[in-house]
Amino acid sequence: MQLTLEFGGGLELLCDSEKIHKVNVDLPNGAESDDFTMKHLLSWVRTNLIKERPEMFMKGDTVRPGVLVLVNDCDWELSGQLDTRIEEKDVIVFISTLHGG
Amino acid sequence: MEAKSKKAGASRLCCLCNLRRPVLKRPKTLQQICRECFYEVFEEEIHQVIVQNRLFKSGERVAIGASGGKDSTVLAYVLSELNRRHNYGLDLFLLSIDEGITGYRDDSLETVKRNEVQYGLPLQIVSYKDLYGWTMDDIVKMIGLKNNCTFCGVFRRQALDRGAALLKVDKLVTGHNADDIAETVLLNILRGDIARLSRCTSITTGEDGPIPRCKPFKYTYEKEIIFYTYAYFKKLDYFSTECIYSPNAYRGFAREFIKDLERIRPRAILDIIKSGEDFRIATTTKMPEQGTCERCGYISSQKWCKACVLLEGLNRGLPKMGIGRPRGVNGDHKMETKKPGSVAKSIESKQCGSLDF
Repeated sequence: MQLTLEFGGGLELLCDSEKIHKVNVDLPNGAESDDFTMKHLLSWVRTNLIKERPEMFMKGDTVRPGVLVLVNDCDWELSGQLDTRIEEKDVIVFISTLHGG
Repeated sequence: MEAKSKKAGASRLCCLCNLRRPVLKRPKTLQQICRECFYEVFEEEIHQVIVQNRLFKSGERVAIGASGGKDSTVLAYVLSELNRRHNYGLDLFLLSIDEGITGYRDDSLETVKRNEVQYGLPLQIVSYKDLYGWTMDDIVKMIGLKNNCTFCGVFRRQALDRGAALLKVDKLVTGHNADDIAETVLLNILRGDIARLSRCTSITTGEDGPIPRCKPFKYTYEKEIIFYTYAYFKKLDYFSTECIYSPNAYRGFAREFIKDLERIRPRAILDIIKSGEDFRIATTTKMPEQGTCERCGYISSQKWCKACVLLEGLNRGLPKMGIGRPRGVNGDHKMETKKPGSVAKSIESKQCGSLDF
């Protein structure tokens, strides 16, 4: 599945200082493309993109409080957060608010 | 993007216009709103805060403290828009401080220089090097990474006032948002800093000082500021790197706690600000008296202002001077004037003053 992931607000520092990552995500074994959700994507990101200090990005099985998540420019709180279904060509943005303003 | 309408929740419509697809859940109200309505309510609420609190008068010169970060970048943009739209009649300026931190402030000042062009606002930069003869790089070289934030904080506060005086402005606005203020309320409670606790929630401070400061984003959530930046500019043209000299752990804990609370109940941020406002300081608590520094003339409750004490230490090669418990010129001064058996409760000598609700 082709996705565009964008990291901002300092989170890019955790993944080689690259803000935009065009990635190809393999679905977990046995999963249909229909039930690929943010929950799966987060664990994929944590394993494959985050190079250091994963605790700055995640807390438990979700993003750390203070990280804003947008799926196709839309607040993920409107689409069910971890249950948000992710589809081909989606654009997912993670912005940390924990850095200074 | 229409193809994504099958995503959960996307079938609902914006609860303000009932026409468009919502893109944001507002932390303040939990309303689901669309992009167009968001811009409108975001800007309108700031306008209402400005009007209701009478932050400005027509004809005033106002400096925007600009760090190149998201808050001050959005503040500069929104304030210049509102000034035009509602005919505030303000002369706006950008004011930046160059602490002299290589690889941090030099980069963020580039953002401010872009803002100068984008918004057509004149920019004044004042540097620690010019004002004090020391950059933060020099200071860290001398004192290391302990207490360096004390120097930077004290110097910045004064540098902003000096820059504002150079620009001959009537007011200084800063981009402190609701999350920042809630965090500061908690920190001041934890530190038992009664004097600051009573000040930190005021939308305008320093009206008795040389240049009043105000915070038009006092009720604006950080989440919305970030959403605004992202949605409006389609990119994040702000500088978001943490200062290379500041792990600032204590503030970091308070910040994380606030974000944890926000996840459970977003209103908690406004509630903490409200609690901060409702703290009343017992009338028997003696607050520090405001005077002027004998050395530089800046406002000070002591013989010398904090910046002069710190600077004296640096120049004499005694950088611990002015850090922690009072010592040196002000400490001696205090010893002389303190009457034995004095019963007056002083904020400075007693960390936990009495509080009543």
